[in-house]
Amino acid sequence: MRRLQNIFWLGLKELASLGRDPVMLVLIVYAFTAAVYAVANGLKMGVDNASIAVVDEDHSSLSRSITDAFLPPYFQPAEEIAPRSIDRTMDNGHYTFVVDIPPDFETDVLSGRQPAVQILVDATAMSQAGIGAAYVQEIVSQETRRFVSREDASTSLPVDWVTRARFNPNLEVKWFTAVMQISNSITILSIVLVGAAVIREREHGTLEHLLVMPLSAAEIMLAKVWANALVILIAATVSLNVVVRWWLGVPVAGSIPLFLCGAALYLFATTALGILLATLARSMPQFGLLAIPVFIVMILLSGATTPMESMPEILQALMQALPAAHFVRFAQAVLYRGAGIDLVWPDLLAITGLALVFFSFALYRFRASLAAAG
Amino acid sequence: MNVASLHGITHHYGDTTALEAVDLDVPAGGLVGLIGPDGVGKSTLLGLLAGVRRLQAGTLHALDGDMASAAHRRAVCERIAYMPQGLGGNLYPTLSVAENVDFFGRLFAQPPAERRARAQRLLDATGLLPFADRPAGKLSGGMKQKLGLCCALIHDPDLLILDEPTTGVDPLSRRQFWALLDGIRERRPGMSVVVATAYMEEAERFDHLVAMHGGRVLATGTPAALRGHTGTQDLESAFVALMPDAADGETAGVTVPPPPADDTPVVIEAEHLTRRFGSFTAVDDVSFRIRRGEIFGFLGSNGCGKTTTMKMLTGLLPASAGEARVLGEPVGTGLRARERVGYMSQSFSLYEELTVRQNLALHARLFHLPAAAVGERVAESLRRFRLENVADTLPGALPLGVRQRLSLAVALIHGPELLILDEPTSGVDPVARDAFWRELIRLAREDGVTIFLSTHFMNEAARCDRISLMHAGRVLAVDTPQRLRETHNADDLETAFIAYLEEAEPPGEQPDAGEAAAPAARRSHTRLPAGLRRLAAFTWREALELRRDPIRLAFALFGPLLLMIAFGYGISFDVDNMPFAVLDHDRSTESRQLLEHFRGSRYFEERAPIADDADMERRLASGELLVALVIPPEYGHDLLAGNRPELGIWIDGAMPFRAETTRGYVSGVLQEYVEDLYRAHPEALAAASPATTITRLRYNQAFESANAITPGVIMLLLMIVPAMLTAVGVVREKEMGSITNVYATPTRRPEFLIGKQLPYVAVALMSFVTLVALALTLFGVPFTGSPLALILGAVLYVFASTGLGLLISSFVRSQVAALFAAAIITVIPSINFSGFMSPVSGLDAAPHTIGVSFPASWFQTISVGTFAKGLGAGAMLPEYLALAAFASGFMLVATALLPKQER
Repeated sequence: MRRLQNIFWLGLKELASLGRDPVMLVLIVYAFTAAVYAVANGLKMGVDNASIAVVDEDHSSLSRSITDAFLPPYFQPAEEIAPRSIDRTMDNGHYTFVVDIPPDFETDVLSGRQPAVQILVDATAMSQAGIGAAYVQEIVSQETRRFVSREDASTSLPVDWVTRARFNPNLEVKWFTAVMQISNSITILSIVLVGAAVIREREHGTLEHLLVMPLSAAEIMLAKVWANALVILIAATVSLNVVVRWWLGVPVAGSIPLFLCGAALYLFATTALGILLATLARSMPQFGLLAIPVFIVMILLSGATTPMESMPEILQALMQALPAAHFVRFAQAVLYRGAGIDLVWPDLLAITGLALVFFSFALYRFRASLAAAG
Repeated sequence: MNVASLHGITHHYGDTTALEAVDLDVPAGGLVGLIGPDGVGKSTLLGLLAGVRRLQAGTLHALDGDMASAAHRRAVCERIAYMPQGLGGNLYPTLSVAENVDFFGRLFAQPPAERRARAQRLLDATGLLPFADRPAGKLSGGMKQKLGLCCALIHDPDLLILDEPTTGVDPLSRRQFWALLDGIRERRPGMSVVVATAYMEEAERFDHLVAMHGGRVLATGTPAALRGHTGTQDLESAFVALMPDAADGETAGVTVPPPPADDTPVVIEAEHLTRRFGSFTAVDDVSFRIRRGEIFGFLGSNGCGKTTTMKMLTGLLPASAGEARVLGEPVGTGLRARERVGYMSQSFSLYEELTVRQNLALHARLFHLPAAAVGERVAESLRRFRLENVADTLPGALPLGVRQRLSLAVALIHGPELLILDEPTSGVDPVARDAFWRELIRLAREDGVTIFLSTHFMNEAARCDRISLMHAGRVLAVDTPQRLRETHNADDLETAFIAYLEEAEPPGEQPDAGEAAAPAARRSHTRLPAGLRRLAAFTWREALELRRDPIRLAFALFGPLLLMIAFGYGISFDVDNMPFAVLDHDRSTESRQLLEHFRGSRYFEERAPIADDADMERRLASGELLVALVIPPEYGHDLLAGNRPELGIWIDGAMPFRAETTRGYVSGVLQEYVEDLYRAHPEALAAASPATTITRLRYNQAFESANAITPGVIMLLLMIVPAMLTAVGVVREKEMGSITNVYATPTRRPEFLIGKQLPYVAVALMSFVTLVALALTLFGVPFTGSPLALILGAVLYVFASTGLGLLISSFVRSQVAALFAAAIITVIPSINFSGFMSPVSGLDAAPHTIGVSFPASWFQTISVGTFAKGLGAGAMLPEYLALAAFASGFMLVATALLPKQER
């Protein structure tokens, strides 16, 4: 009981400290509002609004109909460029795709000579090149078939197939990025906020002051954990409801309370990790340099950016040791696919287990660093 | 003849008035002392005089010019030296003694030979020469102040401003400090010295005194004149008499009732306590006993082990040897004993973010006072320690004396039986100190609280029941003040103490202080302009500090390499081994033939067949399946009959990118399947495709993720890490206090900023080289363009990223905020809007604008262009120009945001 009271009052102190730091507050608000909005609306993954140019050396009605067939949302309206400017515009990344329609293309098609259209793809744009090239091919052959038969060309196929996407029927990228950006903000903020709070107390001598009182290291840590986690959890809740659902109009399939429970467990793990990093660093600059790789790895390799399955297996296995991989999988299952506790409990268990491991290790390091600093 | 004259000077900090309509003439060529309680505006006045603080109202003429004019300040700052309050606040703790002095010499653009000669003389005169290689952070307080004086005197100032130079310094060091200053003044009689001090006995030696109170000047004159004017015997009483509220009874002297009898129980018992830090013995075999209700004092030079002993008694530090019992229990055995002890550490260590009242309430609660009693107890403490009118103020805005009262109030909030106070009155004015002592005496004699304190003030030591003289970790003597005096036949305690010190460690040859100020033989002409030399000085110092922090350097170089390995292997846009399962309603030869095509593809990995629709839904929701194939009943029959059966394909759309790719692969497999079906009828196939397409993957024929990702990773890391390195740079100096050196010296802001930037540019370029080497070797990424073009881009880019860090640093207030701002400002645009994830050309208007307004997207073009696209410098002129514009723009804004004076 006394311990709980200590943790409670110390946590209130954390909240008061945070409340006095306007820069920090602005950054928290930014990370959960403008940053989420900007990334959700801005980031393109896959073929979405891709830039394309056509080199039309034929100037026929077929070549024009091909040029006009590149439509939003997949492509920007195709721009016509001269053959000599292909290299320059692709070199500086102005166009990701360039379609080269040879002279006499229409004549050759009609006479059954099967002419070839050249599709140039900037293969350094990994996220667009592969799928985009397939789309361009499909559009070119569809338009040519339609031109030849003057009707829908697909009638001749012996089977038909319909591909439907579950959970995001139109494959809107912002449904994915908006929620994942919240998860990323949770990761960055929790590590930096708590870790920096520990270092600040150490540099200002207030930590020493706490230690001559009847308080244990675990109480001091838990107070930091709950106070900072609470702030981030509230910010994430508001962001999910206001920014994601209302402002961006992204539907959330699953149970938000379940998501928040998972987020709370995840915050326990990341705040403990923040404290652990703070005990490993001797000063604020060191902490910054230590924290960056940790949260960048957690953001980029947890499945929140690119699919987990496409990473090498050894890396996949290693990532399981970080709570981010479990949390991202959990968040995707709950928020996108409406999964219930019956499906996500293994990830919740893993997050809790990792949180306890991090917390114990952080506690051990925290005690050790206090004894050394004395 | 006045060195400075002030008229109508008023200064506010928010709502607090620090100075109010001050008119003052400071006579030239003398030693002028500013005396008065804390928070009366002494430091503000000195800051204004030195030109480091911005004038708000009134006129201030110093050294024949108006200090409100920037031109005049620039012209005279070479003639002014300013040493701020606090022990070594403007020194660089990781730099050695010699390097600190050398740095200040460089700031005044002195050539190397002259710097060396001056540093040698000053260090010799101050007795610091034997410690020339010791880091400033490891010096004792007295030595730090001497070093501060050396740094201030390096350029032969005409006006020397010292803000409480001897606060927190032991009597022997204090005596040496003044002797040193006297020697210097003898050699340079024209030099004016203005000093603020809290020690009245020191004020006796000043030529001219300015007594201040409440932001106003009470009286000026020689010490004798002040004494005569008030009709008092000593300055301490004279000052008290000058106070406007002198009649309120608070100023009555301090009398100590007799100590408790010898048979009262022992509260603290230290037996052979020893504490070693590595090879250094901080406390060596210390033993003493303190009885209940006793006031026990620790007296000793800085760094003699007083604080370490106290920390061992509170359990903060374990003892290396020996044993201590506090309140009957061995130290460190449990939390219970801590509830009976109150501790006040040397530096103020309460929460600056909480108000006075909140600090008290927090501690009351942490000591578990009954909830109902907390309010009452806090109110009582506020009353008792006269904190009522500042109850809702933040401690940072309070004068030192009031903060110390708050610390004591906090230490007493839970009514402890034992108080351990580490230099509780350091920097506190005489009136406040006396009040503080009356409180201590009342606690000891009336409430029976045992008090164990350390002090530098002899008159305080004389009030203790017993004192222990400490030196170099050893106790020289423990006895009553009177008996200590008698042992050495001394008139006062200070003389007795110095006698004990000299007995323990015979003094070496006292150096001739006057030598220090011998004017430099000549100011030799230097080749570089002074501005560049100052810039070089900051670069030199920053590089030195970076070298002293190998951990930070290692993080800065190896962190990016690790990240590149993780990303190079980890980030992949290839999608394969996607788990799929089939719901086959037909189970015919034809449906199995269709399935074989999926099984044969490397993109798909089959899982157990789906039982029914509910099973499919569940397995898609859990993420177990990414693709589900539904084959309708009668599929085989319809296919053969030409009825065009329809296949249903379900894809997990949660991750749209993956879903799109998956859809493409499914189409591919089905196309192949259809072609197989057509094999019987080739003419139908030809009719289906009247034209062909040839796809050429440019720049990355192998379509390897690593080839495309690695140049982007270099872009990412050269933005985030260098910005993070510099972001804490300026704000750290603001927090530590060394930013004063920028204000007080001829340094221009760009010199400071660029000087700080250069070492980090060098570190970032080293990182660049290692990253490129890793990309070429480990990942085997082909490099097709011009190496020089990439290097030129990288140089401009790291100037931009380090500049961005400095820009962040110049507007945030704390290091935490700097780190945070740097992380958020750099990570989001560089990952999302700079061509790393998807081409900038495909972004919508707003994100596109963010992308092109951030340097990362421009360097991405250069990095990808030179690695993959075989480009040379000529093709990327716009990118170079943009990066150069970012680099210079960031520095211009950083310069504009960095104040040249304190507020």
